[in-house]
Amino acid sequence: MRRRAALLSLLAGLALAAHPAEAQDKPHYGGELVFVVPSDPPSYDAHEEETFGVIHPMAPHYNTLLRVDPFDRTGTKPVGDLAESWTVSRDGLVYTFKLRRGVKFHDGNEMTSKDVKASYDKIVFPPAGVKSLRKAAYSSVEVVEAPDPYTVRFRLKWPESSLPLNLASPWNWIYRADVLAKDIHWYETHVNGTGPFTFVEHVRGSHWVGKKNPNYWDKGKPYLDGYRAIFISSSAAQVAAVRGERAHIQFRSFSPVERDQLVQALGPKITVQESPWDCVLLVAMHHEKKPFDDKRVRRALTLALDRYEGSKALSRITLVKDVAGIQVPGTPYATPPTELEKLAGYGRDINRSRTEAKRLLKEAGVPEGFAFTFKNRGIPHPYEPLGIWLIDQWRQIGLNVKQEIIEASAYHPMLKRGDFEVAMDFQCGFIVEPDLDLPRFLSTSDANYGKHKDTVIDELYEKQGRATDAEERKRYLRAFEKRLLDEEAHILYTLQWHRIIPHSSKVRGWTITPSHYLNNQLDTVWLGE
Amino acid sequence: MAVARPVDPLELETPSALGRWAAAAAEFCRQRPLGAIGAGAILFLFVVAALAPVISAYDPLAVHFDAMLARPSALHWLGTDAFGRDVLARLIYGSRTALLVGFGSAIVGAALGTILGVGSAYFGGRVDLYLQRLMDVFLSFPLIVLALALVAILGNSVPNVIAAITVPMVPRCALVIRASALSIREMPYVDAARAAGFGHARIILRHMLPNVMAPFLIMLTAFLGQAILLEASLSFLGLGVQEPTAAWGLMLRGAAVDFAEAAPWMAIFPGLAISFAVFAFNLFGDSLRDALDPKLRTQ
Repeated sequence: MRRRAALLSLLAGLALAAHPAEAQDKPHYGGELVFVVPSDPPSYDAHEEETFGVIHPMAPHYNTLLRVDPFDRTGTKPVGDLAESWTVSRDGLVYTFKLRRGVKFHDGNEMTSKDVKASYDKIVFPPAGVKSLRKAAYSSVEVVEAPDPYTVRFRLKWPESSLPLNLASPWNWIYRADVLAKDIHWYETHVNGTGPFTFVEHVRGSHWVGKKNPNYWDKGKPYLDGYRAIFISSSAAQVAAVRGERAHIQFRSFSPVERDQLVQALGPKITVQESPWDCVLLVAMHHEKKPFDDKRVRRALTLALDRYEGSKALSRITLVKDVAGIQVPGTPYATPPTELEKLAGYGRDINRSRTEAKRLLKEAGVPEGFAFTFKNRGIPHPYEPLGIWLIDQWRQIGLNVKQEIIEASAYHPMLKRGDFEVAMDFQCGFIVEPDLDLPRFLSTSDANYGKHKDTVIDELYEKQGRATDAEERKRYLRAFEKRLLDEEAHILYTLQWHRIIPHSSKVRGWTITPSHYLNNQLDTVWLGE
Repeated sequence: MAVARPVDPLELETPSALGRWAAAAAEFCRQRPLGAIGAGAILFLFVVAALAPVISAYDPLAVHFDAMLARPSALHWLGTDAFGRDVLARLIYGSRTALLVGFGSAIVGAALGTILGVGSAYFGGRVDLYLQRLMDVFLSFPLIVLALALVAILGNSVPNVIAAITVPMVPRCALVIRASALSIREMPYVDAARAAGFGHARIILRHMLPNVMAPFLIMLTAFLGQAILLEASLSFLGLGVQEPTAAWGLMLRGAAVDFAEAAPWMAIFPGLAISFAVFAFNLFGDSLRDALDPKLRTQ
């Protein structure tokens, strides 16, 4: 067993080591990339959708104003996509973007600032009857202007340093203004972008096909002749498709076991890319239900967790790995490990933490063997293994926890109703950025399922968002994190998800990022020998 | 000519109730050895379940990451699972869940089915008509589908799982018991009881129910195996009892599937335990039916 694990690690290591050298090869033209998508798109309009089932097959048809650098592993560096360059006014209230010239929609019309404005007006100021899931993320935007055909201007109500990253959102596809003016719902059922691939066909439940856009504005790209997304929901069938070399890649993630199976079966034909994933399972504790209204009890629950041991062991069996605070490790605002260890529940001495946890429970009047129900989501990975781990950790401070699994579709309504004492909660982001990740912890947020009311948290959030100096912003974020996870222990972070993409070694020019929503335009991807 | 002295009945040696049961059991073992093996296996399961804390060397819930996926060894006879939990300990404690759910649902299901079956046969007419059509509705659903639907509605705690398995069993039992009760209803002693002015409750409880005990016991033992299998199926599908409770069906899902190739012991032993229990109850149930059915008794 140990020998086999060592062999698998060696093979995976070789594959990982082989990748950087291959990435430096000269791109080849031609070929069709085949990838598996575990979910069908509910509609064709990314402005109103939130599933990778839309992004993965359809992102190659579109461009966004900015995008995240496709070679940046942290997924936090905005670069121009349709915007060639941008400037910020001194007061931080006006962002001006210069657009590329000669960009054409697939129907032959030229893309101008009118199209960018119309698309952002739909996202930021949607008319009645139009759904925009990301409207709240642009609450600082006062108006979007198009002073000339190649200039777009965003005027803000207050300075927001995260705006460029927010504008690199992979969901904010640029649509044609004339089409939106005629029928604002047209894009829910049709495709017409400026992206590197044009639409060929979509057979629901089967596949999505795109072919190279010969008039793409980024000359020399894309490298592929086309792509085919095949929809397969069963994870065993997804693995079989890659193992049988019927698909090159699946862009969401495989589990560690599936990775090992593929590496074992295909050896050097498989390259594995791994990254911390901008997703985390949280534990919400209902602040209006006793004894979880008492911060000593909440602190005890986080102190009970041996996150470092859990990280080592659970990363072997499910999709989690890093011990993290409120930001993905390795990203600009992540707390360094040495500082993280000072927070309750993050210390290296687990015996000391658990002794403290028991003392707090006793002080709060919680008896030994106190029983409560932990509600978990009925999804195998990583919810179920993490649920088992949490219950075991809480047992070790004398709590008797029963798990109730709630079917996936009934799970969110349960959280929204507040029908729980302690429940698994989750967060998944598209770009690691505090302004996008933290609003859920504000007192007024609909996603604040534990219903905490904390004006200090609200103020710290506002201050970090308006801080223009990175160091100042970090200080506010550390204070926010300490308040949220330690002093008040409003919520409990478990372990950061870990993204594992084992793909055919033929696939080149694609870099993993912490988000499975990023890097799906496929303009930089090519197929090697 | 010698005249035989009349025998005083009081001088006859009457065996005690215990003695009668022992004699019946010995007779059952002699005539139905397979049934006796089944009964022995069931007894073994009961002993294991009752003495779980004594015979299990490990806590079935305790996670030991340093022993994750350990293959069977002197330390862990049946290996460990993905959380380092001892498979044998979880099997031993899992027998409690299997027997609790199995007996809970089989006893309640068979009892309710018997009451409905006897009532339906005794009253006849519209009561019988409506009850039987209702039973037909329930019978039109496959056992597992009805149980799945119920557990999805009720939620997946142990009492709810018992209820979900009980409901589909009731009509099956009611149908068999009704058939028996229909012939008993026509017996002269039932007519006599009715003529003597006894109430419905007394006639049903004193004269009809004791006479459907044989099919009741047969249904009960047949349901036990089915109920254990159904509980394991529901747990395997994630709708039965929940982690970290030790349950055989639950042991077959999750990591047992992920690691089916690397750690096959995680799936093999719970699978064997389920087969063993179901086989034991079926063996015993079949032999009991043969022993209690007058048509088969002489064969």
